[in-house]
Amino acid sequence: MFELRFDERKCSACQTCDCLTKCQYMDIDVDTAKTEMRKIINGEDSFVLHDCVTCYACEEYCKMGNHPFYLIVERQEELDIPPIPYPLIKRGVQIGIPFRGEPKIEEVKEPVLSLGVFANLAYLTQGKLFEGVSLISTDPRTMFHFFCQLMYLHYARTSVIKERLPGIIETIAKHNVKEVIFFHDECYGTFASYAPAVGIDVPFKPIHLFEYLYNRLQELKDEITPLNLKVAYQRPCSSRLSSDKLHFVNDIFNLIGVDSEREYVGENALCCGGIIVEQKKEGRRQLAADVQSRNIEDMVNAGAELCVFNCPACYDTLSHSVAIKGINPIYMSDLCRLAIGEKPGGWR
Amino acid sequence: MDSIYKSLAEIVGDDHVSNQPEELYIYSYDLGTTEPHRPDYAVAPRTTEEVQEILKLANKEKIPVAPLGGGLSLAGLAVPLRGGIALDLKRMDSIIEVNERARYVVLECGVSQGQLSSYLEKHHPNLRHSEPGAPPQATIAGNIAIHGQGDLAQPYGFNSDMVNGLEVVLPTGEVCRIGSCSVSPSWFTLHPLPDLGLFLGWCGTTGIITKLSLKLYPSKKIKSVEQFVVENEDLVPEIVYKITHTEMADDIVAWSQAIPTFSSGLHHINILMTADSEKELEFKTELFWDDVLAEYIRNGDGGFVALSAAMKAGLTSRPQVSKASDWKKGGGFEYVGAIMPVETYPECYRRGFDISARHDIPYTVLGRIIGRSHAMMFSWTYAFNRADPESIRQAREALHESDELALELGGTIWKPGVYGQKLVMERIEPNTLKLMKKVKELLDPNGIMNPGNWEVS
Ligand SMILES: Cc1cc2nc3c(=O)[nH]c(=O)nc-3n(C[C@H](O)[C@H](O)[C@H](O)COP(=O)(O)OP(=O)(O)OC[C@H]3O[C@@H](n4cnc5c(N)ncnc54)[C@H](O)[C@@H]3O)c2cc1C
Ligand code: SF4
Ligand code: SF4
Repeated sequence: MFELRFDERKCSACQTCDCLTKCQYMDIDVDTAKTEMRKIINGEDSFVLHDCVTCYACEEYCKMGNHPFYLIVERQEELDIPPIPYPLIKRGVQIGIPFRGEPKIEEVKEPVLSLGVFANLAYLTQGKLFEGVSLISTDPRTMFHFFCQLMYLHYARTSVIKERLPGIIETIAKHNVKEVIFFHDECYGTFASYAPAVGIDVPFKPIHLFEYLYNRLQELKDEITPLNLKVAYQRPCSSRLSSDKLHFVNDIFNLIGVDSEREYVGENALCCGGIIVEQKKEGRRQLAADVQSRNIEDMVNAGAELCVFNCPACYDTLSHSVAIKGINPIYMSDLCRLAIGEKPGGWR
Repeated sequence: MDSIYKSLAEIVGDDHVSNQPEELYIYSYDLGTTEPHRPDYAVAPRTTEEVQEILKLANKEKIPVAPLGGGLSLAGLAVPLRGGIALDLKRMDSIIEVNERARYVVLECGVSQGQLSSYLEKHHPNLRHSEPGAPPQATIAGNIAIHGQGDLAQPYGFNSDMVNGLEVVLPTGEVCRIGSCSVSPSWFTLHPLPDLGLFLGWCGTTGIITKLSLKLYPSKKIKSVEQFVVENEDLVPEIVYKITHTEMADDIVAWSQAIPTFSSGLHHINILMTADSEKELEFKTELFWDDVLAEYIRNGDGGFVALSAAMKAGLTSRPQVSKASDWKKGGGFEYVGAIMPVETYPECYRRGFDISARHDIPYTVLGRIIGRSHAMMFSWTYAFNRADPESIRQAREALHESDELALELGGTIWKPGVYGQKLVMERIEPNTLKLMKKVKELLDPNGIMNPGNWEVS
């Protein structure tokens, strides 16, 4: 079975314990952080395991390359402290079971982009930005064969991820490609961060969508007309697993002439709250509402005209609420299309 | 030319009668597992007077008459089991009056659910009726003729409890009005005259409902839904009891099904609610999340699904689309609906699960709450492949077993087909059965109305 490669010596030497002291949902000083981290490492109960909202951010806060969040989730499962009620865990785990036949493995030519479990968003991959790109997972009936499974980090079920992920990787690998662009941060984080962290081999190189979009925009530079818009970027939880790629957000914004100044950016970004709502700890519905209203208020204060998404789950959770405030929701790929004079696929 | 055909053509006009095989074929079957039975004539009247003339003719000639609305009741109830006339009532589709202040609508029997909903939405946005989950072409009259229930069943009960008045044509051709409309121009109440409830739930075996008045209810601006999930079916009745105690829900439906996979072995309780403002909605939502069901969430026994605005819009739109016919290739399904005590939900689920497994059909069950936990309509749905007789046989057997189960568990079968009707009549109190027979013989001396159904031997 795959084991998390967590180096507890790094924690022993760690002076800052940023993983917990920077947590936006718990107020923890360095001493407490050290004590609680030690408990978690030792497999003992800790309030952190109960209070964690599974925002993924400590993966990014730890600058030592350790995996505090993955460890928290492992312990939540081992000690049976799931953040979410059991029936919702079962429901979530069952969502990922494919039941409508086997996927067709089509012959593809690189560059290749996997839509993962969002086959129904294939309409977003149109126009010049995606010219010549072969798509994987375009059939909603079989898309769960391409589901990265990382969502189960919210469910205290790393066992499910470890059990299913090798099969998913095998299915993608059957396409015989060296590199795969992933539409969703979560897939990218799975193959670039989680799989190596637990020792699962990935026989292809994952490419982050934003890196691809940035490079493609560079090629189409002459066709870009600066948008001169104010936007707010909704950073998804899974992007905490690929903070080395976060700069592409600003790189793209600079290239297409949009301004994204606001309080809740970068490390300080707020999650969409979609998962918090389902959690069993008292007051979570209000917490989610509070996070969402602070987030949206911040977008309004920043004068954002568009709210830019990459994650469909964030989009589903927030698009309606931002639209009510007069801020148009848009996917990053669509924003880029707008900049090269194309009509966004989502504006139908 | 056939003299009956000629007489019918004289009543409704040549365009609205047929004895052509290709047209009769359409009237010979419904969407369920009932064997087809071809009528001899299909007739589509436009007025009460035409219905009267048709029934007089049929009564004189002793020709069976099978009334038909949308033909969507599924259990073969509008299939002309003994041939004769398929009486298609869809042309009688006028909405005669909406009384905004007294909240009722008077309409002809062929008005469909979809037609009434869109009419109210357009002309009376403050009003709604209790719409069943049936396809929109189902008729209002067909629904009350089988004691249907809609999306306001939880506060207000069966749709047939919402009837304010009826105009019926007796099998012998006389027209009767029942309720305030029999003494006044207003169709505002069914009571307090002596009870003549001889037409609701009789599946057209005692006469044709030609007009009716139906209660309407406030339609609020915001529609919303929350979905509570538990794994332990034994918790469903107490949860429903607690939700109904709040009197804040419009519709409560608990369901479980093998497909899609996420719902297998779980019980989703959909709580539909409406509000005129975000404040009102938040008040109701908070009550369910933070008060009534908070204990289950904290214990980890149940939880609310985080539904996006788009998902909520999908779950509150009318009508809901049933995908059960996709569970097997060949697109067919039929369900046994039963009116059950809510406390039987766990057993209904477990036994239904077994029946489905035995017949190799993905299980699909649902309980819609009627009244404040006074009863529920529990359905066991069985998908089948229309092109495969063996698959149809399996589904039919499963349906029959479910009919038996409903009675065994202390419930009654809702809109039973012929098999279920026989089971009910075998068990029904003998004097009640005799009374049914007397009523039937009194109203329909020649047994022409929808014969084959509710026939007391
Ligand atoms: C997917 C699906 C979902 C459904 N969901 C629901 C639901 O949520 N709630 C519910 O109640 N039902 C439901 N149904 C069952 C059924 O479709 C509805 O009850 C529907 O309203 C019946 O109306 P109809 O016009 O189709 O009736 P029909 O099938 O045409 O007729 C029903 C019976 O009444 C008789 N009849 C018809 N019109 C008259 C009349 N004017 N006078 C006297 N007798 C008449 C017929 O002979 C027949 O016996 C559902 C069905 C389907 C296929
Ligand atoms: S996980 Fe990282 S940040 Fe946290 S204590 Fe260990 S080394 Fe320090
Ligand atoms: S995942 Fe988020 S909430 Fe949980 S400990 Fe890490 S930073 Fe805090």
